[in-house]
Amino acid sequence: MSTPAKDYSLAELMIVAGAEAWRNDGEVLATGIGVIPRLAASLAMKTFNQDLMMTDSEASLLSEPNPISGRSLEQGQKSETWMGFTRIFDNVWSRKRHAMIGPTQVDKFGQANISALGGTYESPKIQMLGVRGLPGNSISHANSLFVPSHNTRVFVDGECDLVNSIGYNPERLPKGYTMDEIDIRVILTDLCVLDFTGPDYQIAIKSLHPGITVEQVVENTGFELHIPDNIPTTAAPTEEQLAIIRDLDPKDVRSKQLKDNPPGDRS
Amino acid sequence: MNKQMTTQQVVAELKDGMTIGIGGWGPRRKPMALIREILRSDLKDLTVVAYGGADVGMLCAAGKVKKVIFAFVSLDFIPLEPYFRQARQSGAIETMEIDEGMLLLGLRAAGWGLPYIPTQIGLGTDVIKINPDIKVIDSPYDDKEWVAMPAIKLDVALLHADRADVRGVCQIKGPDMYMDEQMARAAEKTFVTVEEIVETDYFAQGDESRYVFWERSLTTGVVEAAGGAHPTSCAPAYGFDVAHTKEYNASTKDGGFAAYADKYINGKTEEEYQALVGGIDAIKAIPLPVY
Repeated sequence: MSTPAKDYSLAELMIVAGAEAWRNDGEVLATGIGVIPRLAASLAMKTFNQDLMMTDSEASLLSEPNPISGRSLEQGQKSETWMGFTRIFDNVWSRKRHAMIGPTQVDKFGQANISALGGTYESPKIQMLGVRGLPGNSISHANSLFVPSHNTRVFVDGECDLVNSIGYNPERLPKGYTMDEIDIRVILTDLCVLDFTGPDYQIAIKSLHPGITVEQVVENTGFELHIPDNIPTTAAPTEEQLAIIRDLDPKDVRSKQLKDNPPGDRS
Repeated sequence: MNKQMTTQQVVAELKDGMTIGIGGWGPRRKPMALIREILRSDLKDLTVVAYGGADVGMLCAAGKVKKVIFAFVSLDFIPLEPYFRQARQSGAIETMEIDEGMLLLGLRAAGWGLPYIPTQIGLGTDVIKINPDIKVIDSPYDDKEWVAMPAIKLDVALLHADRADVRGVCQIKGPDMYMDEQMARAAEKTFVTVEEIVETDYFAQGDESRYVFWERSLTTGVVEAAGGAHPTSCAPAYGFDVAHTKEYNASTKDGGFAAYADKYINGKTEEEYQALVGGIDAIKAIPLPVY
């Protein structure tokens, strides 16, 4: 049934590893922001979790994910209901969603920042998007994070410059809450997959991408990671998965997402 | 009742220091003809409430803004809004930066006449820290703390829709009404520019009335302004003008907003603006985006 691929790009490895985030979610809205997370969610919905729901990135819910490239409006799409922004918020607050977004900063608590860097809040050095939906997403439903360039500028020492999303930070835990009510699943990077299975929700290495060492991950992370005794290698895509990814992205925009489009196996 | 007005008459209703909600979302269905009219006016010290795009950036760049209430300001295909960024980085504006759902709750509270709506959104984040006016309260029903998202009352909402009759029945035919109907309900007065004014009977055809998302009593005035959302989109009529938006973005390095405004807005009518960007037919031919 499944034939491991010999030749695959890092982007394709990350799409396949990212899809795993949604494997056991059942019937929730899968939101992947950016090419690799969206392809990851689409692959999950096309294969091992066909109960997932996904939007057209506008205002419709689809029964089948749209291709991410090469689509024309004339082709139409498989809409099943209206899903404008007010309905998205209803979905978010009813907790039936698992989103994967790519923050600019992530700290050891899994708190993230897409709003502002440096300076003071009144006059930041770099103004970015604003907190967008991170505060609400983070306290309402499952979230995973995407870091296409694993380095110490993203994985910062200390807290994010502006904490946009709630994480596993005991100092900030709201009154009446337990840590279990926060649900950050995995952090997908270009070096590895991280999760929060260390002691007291410490970020741990879940799997290393082929050819990547623990030392490389540690060097490029601004905080201490939990290093389990046995760390598996991130599973390579199968030929079947690659065929589905090609169908979802016929124009190969995935090859332009990571600098120099590295191979999946860097050993 | 005939509520038809001109953009100049709408802007004459606005006063310094008002809180103004601007409809649309990022680069989508922004009432840009009204924004341009504000840029030509002497208005100042505005508090702007928006799911922001170039509307917010332009008003900030022109020194019209005292405070922005926002969750994001973005041109979407260009992630960062250049002039909003300048205004923030130079400390020129006050802010109320909140989650995009909190903004919806604030508008709903205003529309429903509530002082606040309790929510969990913002707990555990700096949204609470940077907004000392947003209180965290105990619940009479459980042992948790809750954010009391205050009502965001608007003096005025400025919206762009597909069509309206002169009585203020406004139709949005695009895929999403965004928070436009929430803004209309949160505002003392709502002014709507539309692609076309139609006869009331238009809405009696087929399912046309299903695309009307607020009742006409909320609409104070309507202005016929075909192409009035340009350079933002008004789906299904036209998409956003990527080339023009890139030029706007690049103007930060080429004379700044003053150069952009001199070229397209200052001393020019909306007809002259449209001629400068290729004319109404060219605007209506801008393709819709494919995601």
